[in-house]
Amino acid sequence: MNHRTNLTRSFIASAVTMAVLGTGQALAADPSGTYAFDREGQHQFIQFRISHLGFSTLYGRFNDFDGSFEYDADNPEESSVQVTVDTSSVDSNHSERDKHLREEDFLYVSEYPEATFKSTSVEMEDEDTATVTGDLTLRGVTREIDLEMELINHGEDPWGNYRMGFEGTTTLTLENYGIDYDLGPQAEEVTLMLSVEGIRQ
Amino acid sequence: MQWRNTWSRWGIVSVGLHWLMAAAVIGLFGVGLYMVDLGYMDPLRNVLPDWHRSVGLLLGAALVLRLLWRFVSPPPAPVPEHTRVEHLSAHAVHWLLYGLMLAMVISGYLISTADGREVAVFDWFSVPAVTGDVQGMEDLAGDWHRWLGWTLIILAGLHGLAALKHHFWDRDDTLRRMLCMKLRQSRSPDRQ
Repeated sequence: MNHRTNLTRSFIASAVTMAVLGTGQALAADPSGTYAFDREGQHQFIQFRISHLGFSTLYGRFNDFDGSFEYDADNPEESSVQVTVDTSSVDSNHSERDKHLREEDFLYVSEYPEATFKSTSVEMEDEDTATVTGDLTLRGVTREIDLEMELINHGEDPWGNYRMGFEGTTTLTLENYGIDYDLGPQAEEVTLMLSVEGIRQ
Repeated sequence: MQWRNTWSRWGIVSVGLHWLMAAAVIGLFGVGLYMVDLGYMDPLRNVLPDWHRSVGLLLGAALVLRLLWRFVSPPPAPVPEHTRVEHLSAHAVHWLLYGLMLAMVISGYLISTADGREVAVFDWFSVPAVTGDVQGMEDLAGDWHRWLGWTLIILAGLHGLAALKHHFWDRDDTLRRMLCMKLRQSRSPDRQ
């Protein structure tokens, strides 16, 4: 029953969307604007990966963060993004490890409950990819990092919002942020993977 | 030596459980404190937590047995030389120690099962999680585990010092009857 109702709904929604899109490309408007991360719908992920002694790759994520970006279609290099992460929301799917990650050896969340990123410049590599440079504040240390970002897509969603989605990665050296706990030479760096969808406000 | 507790002294079951649990509490405290600071590459990095979890859960089982045994075979009467204050405070400390041990077992168990996974007791059997995956429970349970642990070891230390005081200073039977030793006082009707 439910399944059918949903199918019917999405069919109608698609039909409406197609009708709207069909009425003229004039509505495929300028995507410029301020976008808030789709936190409520949870179409946003900050994951990290790090080598476990060179044997395999460990993946974890931060469950709680928020952010927004301004997109300037005419001059994409004028775009910007800011993210605030609740560091205690770290989740590597193992409670004892997560507990350790929150302690002083790693994220030290009692002292530094937030990590932030604020972009300072955007350099377009080609139409859909850019290097986003900005200040990452992690465990009380602020350093400039480069995020390699890709614009995946943007457009109207089936429910009347305008969405834009990105993916990007960057690599951090743990010691640069005061994390000198010895995890072995293969695990001195961690890769952060950001996948977010913004809804235009 | 009898299994059950009598009017004047502890039986083998209570004495055995008491000293096994005393060793476990002291060992768990020391190992617990030591293991959390081990480096990632330390050979004991995984072994000690495995032991700690296993022995901790066994301590919980021993505690349940011990409390049940108290009802099956009630403790001996207070040592006659003790004042009423000594008797009442000893009684209060005993129940505080039981409560703290129980709270330590539960908080430790909640750290390890906060991701919804079971805890292994050596490679004998596993105790399943009852809460499922609860975000952040390991931190809250961890704070309790740390502070209750310190409270327990300090209280157990006072309990031990009190026993030594009774043994060497008062020269009464308090410690002797927990060691299955010959009693000093004539204690009819069931003097051993």
